[in-house]
Amino acid sequence: MKARITVTLKNGVLDPQGKAIEHALSGLGFDGVGQVRQGKVFDIELTGTDKAKAEADLKAMCDKLLANTVIENYAVEIA
Amino acid sequence: MKSAVVLLPGLNRDRDMIAALTKISGQAPATVWQTDTEIPAVDLIAIPGGFSFGDYLRCGAIAARMPVMRAVAEKAAKGVTVIGVCNGFQILVEAGLLPGALMRNASLKFVCRQVKLEIANANTMFTRRYRPGQIIRSPVAHHDGNYFADAETLARLEGEGQVVFRYAEGTNPNGSINDIAGIVNDKGNVLGLMPHPENLIEAAHGGNDGRALFESALGLAA
Repeated sequence: MKARITVTLKNGVLDPQGKAIEHALSGLGFDGVGQVRQGKVFDIELTGTDKAKAEADLKAMCDKLLANTVIENYAVEIA
Repeated sequence: MKSAVVLLPGLNRDRDMIAALTKISGQAPATVWQTDTEIPAVDLIAIPGGFSFGDYLRCGAIAARMPVMRAVAEKAAKGVTVIGVCNGFQILVEAGLLPGALMRNASLKFVCRQVKLEIANANTMFTRRYRPGQIIRSPVAHHDGNYFADAETLARLEGEGQVVFRYAEGTNPNGSINDIAGIVNDKGNVLGLMPHPENLIEAAHGGNDGRALFESALGLAA
């Protein structure tokens, strides 16, 4: 089983890196770029076959390590 | 007074912290390694600065999940004094021993310079040797020192006097909310700060503004 976890900054949390990327994109001539927010993606291979257990485990992984829930949200997708 | 210094791969200010504690307390601190599950009986535990685990994932995130941090949390719950400097502050925040988060500097640049700090609360076990509102100097050296907390947490920190050090006189080097440079937990025995007071403790450093922090925390008489 393969899973993808996406971690993004919560609304209202300042993202200086996203801001710098936004400026760099407009510097490259890409007009019409609004706000850019940077995040992280984790691709995780799981050996089990129980999808419900995998989902619960992945959420626990996010809460315990992969995301800092003070400033970040996460989304779990199982392929 | 007995102290201990936590060692983790990638820290680089551990020797500075050990030197400062040795000079100020009169005896060398014990050292505890990341895999140690017990910390000897000490009055003060210090987590030094650096780049533990290469700052992978988030600064301090991996270090905060090492066995030694469970031991630090147990000691902190029993009232032992804990100081985390720079990466040590990031580790304490990631371990949930202090609220909020430390984010990339607003300038996106690594800052290495001297700043001014205001003693925002002189009535803590870490600042009792300073005067209220006193302005002291301190070096900073970090890339992720931009303190953030949600509005509710921030109101609680400010209301309860948990903001202990603030960047003074326009010297905020990282965009920290409310110019916050250092905070304590609600019990007042765990301090985290981004500046490096251990690097300004004697004449050879060009000043000793940071010394009173350790003298306060170690309960040393003036």
